[in-house]
Amino acid sequence: MGARSWRLPVLAALAVVLAVGPLVLSSYWIGLLTQIVILAILAMSLDILLGYTGLPSLGHAGFFGVAAYGVAVLSTTYRTDFWTCVAAALLIGIALSAAFGLIVAHVRDVYFLMITLALGMVLWGVSYRWIPVTGGDNGISGIPSLEAHAGLPVTGPAAFYYVTLVVFLACAALMRVVVRSPFGLTLRGIRENEARMRSLGFNTWLHCYLSYVIAGAFASVSGVLWAYYNGFVSPTYLDLTASSELFLMVTLGGPATLVGPLLGAGLIVLLKNVMSAYTARWLLILGIVYIVAILAAPQGIWNLGTRRST
Amino acid sequence: MKRLRLLVVLAIVAAAGLLRAQVPDGPIRIGFIVPLSGAFAQNGRDILNGFLLLLDEVGYRAGGRQIQLIVEDDEAIPAVTLTKARKLVEADRVHLMAGTLLASSGYALTPYVDAQQIPMVYPVVSSDDLTQRRRSKWIIRTGWTSSQPNHAFGEYAYRTLGYRTVATVALDYAFGWESVGGFQRTFEAEGGRIVQKMWTPVSVHDFAPYLAQISRDVDAVYALFLGRSALQFVRQYGEYGLKDRIPLIGSGTTTDEHVLPFMGDEALGAVTTLQYSAALDTPENRRFTGAYRKRYNKVASYYAESMYTGGKWVLAGIEALGGRVEDRARLLEALRSARPTGLPRGPVELDEYGNPIQNIYIRRVERVGGELQNTVIATIPRVSQFWKYNPAEYLRQPLYSRRFGPAS
Amino acid sequence: MTYLITQSLNGLFSAALLFLIASGLTLAFGVMKIVNIAHGSFYMLGVYVAYTVILRTGSLLLGAGVALVVVGAVGFLMQRVFLRRFGADPLPQMMMTMGFALLFRDLALMIWGGDPFTLPYPGMLRGSMEAGEVVFPYYRLFVIAVAALVGVALWMVNEKTLIGARLRATVDDPEMASAMGINVARLSGLVFAVGAGLAAFGGVMGGPILGGYAGIDFDLLPLAFVVVIVGGMGSLKGAVVGSIVVGMIDNFGKALVPELSYFTLFAPMILVLALKPTGLYGRA
Repeated sequence: MGARSWRLPVLAALAVVLAVGPLVLSSYWIGLLTQIVILAILAMSLDILLGYTGLPSLGHAGFFGVAAYGVAVLSTTYRTDFWTCVAAALLIGIALSAAFGLIVAHVRDVYFLMITLALGMVLWGVSYRWIPVTGGDNGISGIPSLEAHAGLPVTGPAAFYYVTLVVFLACAALMRVVVRSPFGLTLRGIRENEARMRSLGFNTWLHCYLSYVIAGAFASVSGVLWAYYNGFVSPTYLDLTASSELFLMVTLGGPATLVGPLLGAGLIVLLKNVMSAYTARWLLILGIVYIVAILAAPQGIWNLGTRRST
Repeated sequence: MKRLRLLVVLAIVAAAGLLRAQVPDGPIRIGFIVPLSGAFAQNGRDILNGFLLLLDEVGYRAGGRQIQLIVEDDEAIPAVTLTKARKLVEADRVHLMAGTLLASSGYALTPYVDAQQIPMVYPVVSSDDLTQRRRSKWIIRTGWTSSQPNHAFGEYAYRTLGYRTVATVALDYAFGWESVGGFQRTFEAEGGRIVQKMWTPVSVHDFAPYLAQISRDVDAVYALFLGRSALQFVRQYGEYGLKDRIPLIGSGTTTDEHVLPFMGDEALGAVTTLQYSAALDTPENRRFTGAYRKRYNKVASYYAESMYTGGKWVLAGIEALGGRVEDRARLLEALRSARPTGLPRGPVELDEYGNPIQNIYIRRVERVGGELQNTVIATIPRVSQFWKYNPAEYLRQPLYSRRFGPAS
Repeated sequence: MTYLITQSLNGLFSAALLFLIASGLTLAFGVMKIVNIAHGSFYMLGVYVAYTVILRTGSLLLGAGVALVVVGAVGFLMQRVFLRRFGADPLPQMMMTMGFALLFRDLALMIWGGDPFTLPYPGMLRGSMEAGEVVFPYYRLFVIAVAALVGVALWMVNEKTLIGARLRATVDDPEMASAMGINVARLSGLVFAVGAGLAAFGGVMGGPILGGYAGIDFDLLPLAFVVVIVGGMGSLKGAVVGSIVVGMIDNFGKALVPELSYFTLFAPMILVLALKPTGLYGRA
C-alpha cells in the first residue's frame, strides 16, 4: 500500500486548517491552533535530535523555558524593546545549548536521555530557586502582548496566530533544509551506525554537537512565542512533565519526519483540551491512547505504512 | 407548498431566536477551574465538593435563574489554567468564574481576567499581594492572605502561649515566606525571637536532615506545610522524638482537615491558626460539616469550606442583581458589596482591597470520639489582612520574602 | 560529631530506600535495555496496595507481601504482553512505559482517591535509639537492615545460582545467551517482575515515613535514575554504591547547603556522565 496515498490528503487538510482555520474559528479555537503551531516548532526541534540524530533528549523543554524566561525578564524587569528582547532571548537559549552541548555531545543512547534529564532538572531548579530573577514558583506575569510590543498595526488572536504561523513556516523550512542537507544525511548516518561514519572520516562529535545546538535554537524560538502567547512564565514550562509530553508528541507523531511532530503536537493538544471538557478521567484515556498508538504504530503515526531501515 | 412550509418554520425559529436575545432567561453560566488530575487533584476535588454541596442546597437556582456550572481541570499547571479560562470565557461565554488552587495559577490568570473584564472569585489562592501590591479590580478574594492568620497567631504565641523563642520550618516558596513572615513580624514586635529559620524545598519528602538540625533550646517549633508534606513532617517530627520535647505550632494547613484524618497520635497537641476549623462549634458550621459528611463521607477541609463560602458570595451577588448578570461591571459591584450570612467560618466582610476581614481561630489538635479534630481554643475577631497596621503604611513595606527578618 | 553521625544515618536510610527502587530498574535495563518510566509507578502501586491490605488486616508484613506479589504480577504482565514485542528497540519501549505511567497514575487516583496517607508504624519498632546525643528511629534502622538483606540476597542469586549465571550471561551478551539456549524472553519477564515487586516493597518500607500520595511516582523516579546512572546501568554493585553516594549527597546537601538542594542531587550525575558516561560500574 503506498503510504503516499493517504499522506497527501492529510497534508493538504493540515495546510488548509492552518491557513484558513482562524478565519472561521472562534477565538478559543484559534488559541488552541496557536498552541499547536508553537509546540510544533518545539517538537520539530526535538525531532532533529531524537529522530534524525538518534539522541533522545528528556530535557528539551529546558531551552524552550529559558528563552521564555528571557522574554519575561527582559520585557518586564528591564522593559527592553521588542527586537532586543527577542534577540537576547534567542541568544540566551542558543548560548546555553552551546554550553550544555559540550557536556552531552559525546554521550549516546540511554545515557544521553539521562544526562539531558538531569540538565533539565537543574534548569528547572534554577527557575524555581533563582527567585530575584525568575520570581520562583509564582513565575513572572505581565509580559506585554506581542502585537503591542512589536508595534504591529493589528491585534487579536488571529493576528497573533498568523505571526506564529509565519515563524512556524520559516522554522519548518529551515529545519527541512537542515535535515535534507549533507549535514542532515550525516546525522542520519550517525543514528544508524556511528562507528562507520567515524571510520568514513566524519567528526561525529561535532555533528552531534551542532545538532544539539540547532535543536536548542529552534526550541528557543518556540519559547519566545510561548512567553508572548501566555503573557507569563512559570517553572512548569521546563519541568520533567513538559519534557516528557514533548517527547511523546515526537514519538507519537513520527520521529525523523517533520510532519510527524506537528501531527503529534496537534493530537496531544486537542486530546487534552477536548477530552478534559467531558471527563475527569482524561489522563487515563490519554495513557491508553498512547499505549494503543504505540502498539499500532511503533514508529509513529506519520511513519505508518513505511518501513524505516534500522 | 413545501417551500412555503419551510419558510414558516424558518420564520418561527428566527422569531424564537430574537425573543431569546431580548430577555436573558437562559441559565447563568459559572466557569470553575481547579486541578482534578495530578498531584493536587484531591485539593481541587475538595474545593469543587464545597461548591456542589452549596449549589445542590439552592437547587442550582439564584436570582430566579437556573445556574449552569462548567468545570475545568487545570492540572495545577498555570499555562493550563489560562487555556481553560480562555475556553470558559471565549467558548462557553460564562458570566463569571471561580476557582484555582495554586498561587502561580492565580498570578498567571490575573492579567487575562483584567483584560477580559470578567469577574472572578478566588476562594483559596492566598498570595498576599493579590489583594495588596498587585491587586486586580476584577478579582474578589473570599479566602485569606497567607500572613493574615499568622499576624494574629504571632501575638497570641507570645502573650497567651508564653513562648519567647521559636524555630521555624517551612516550605520554601511564597506561601511559606508569607506565613512565616507574618508570624515573625508580630511575634517579634511583642518581644519574642525567631532564633532559627529553615526553608525546605517543595520536593522534599524526608525531613530528617532538617529535623536533626532543629535547636533543642527553643520554646516551640513553627511549621508550615500542606498536603502530603504536612503528613510527612508531622509524622517524622514525632518519629525523631521531638513531639515530646518541643511543642509544635504552625499555620493552619499543617493540621488542616484535608490531612488530619490521615494523621495519628503524633499530631496531638499541635496548635495552629486559620480562619476556619471543621470543629468550630456554631450552628452554621455544624450544619455545613454535617451535610458535607453526609454527602461525601468525610470531614470538610478548609478547601471545601472556602468554596462553600466563595459560592455563597457568588449567589449573594446574583441575588442582589435579581439574576441580571449580563452587565459585568454591575456584577462585579454586586459581588464586592455582597454580605452573605450564615457562613461556616463565621462573619466575613470584604475590605476595600477585596480581602476578607474575618475571625481567626487558634486550634489545638485533640482526639474527640476517636477522631482527630482542630479544637478551637481562642477566637481573634475581625482580623484584617493588615492586622493592626495602617494599610497605606503596610503597603509601603516590601512583601514578606525569604529575606524578611533573618533569624537572630 | 553527633551531627555527622545523625546525618550519615539519615543518608543511609535514604540509600536503603533508593536501593530497593533502583535495583529493579538497573536489572531491567541490564537485561532488556529498557528505560522504565513507569518504575516509580510500581513504587506508588506498592504503597497503595499495601494500604488497602493494612486497612483490612492491620498487618504491615502482610501488606508488604501482597504488594510485592501483586505489583510483581503487574510488572510481569506488562513485560510479557506489551513490552516484549518491541524487542530491543528502546524508544517505543520507553514510550510504552510512559503511557503506562499515566495510566497507573490516574488509575490510582480513581481507585484510592487523591488524599495523602501514611502506613501505620509497626508497633514493635516504635521509638528511637538514643546513644548520647544521637537520636535515630528504630524503624529507619530496620529499613536499612532489610535493604542490606535484600542486597545480599540479590547478590547471592546473581553469583551463586543457575538463574544468576543465566542473568549475567544475558546482561553480557543477549544474543550469545540466546544461542546457548537461555530463554531470554522468560528471563526478561522474571527480572522485570522482580524489579517491579522490589520497587513495590520499597514503597511499603517507606510507607510509614513517606506515605503514599498522588505524584509520589514522579517524585522518586528521577532519584532512582540518578542512582542507576551514577552506579552504571545494569550493575547490581553500581546500584549499591550509587544508592549510598546519592543518599549521602542528598542528605548532606539538604542539611549543609539547603539553597542548592535542587542541584546537589544532579550535579554528581552530570559529573559522572560527563567524565564516564557508563557510570561507575557500567559497561559500554
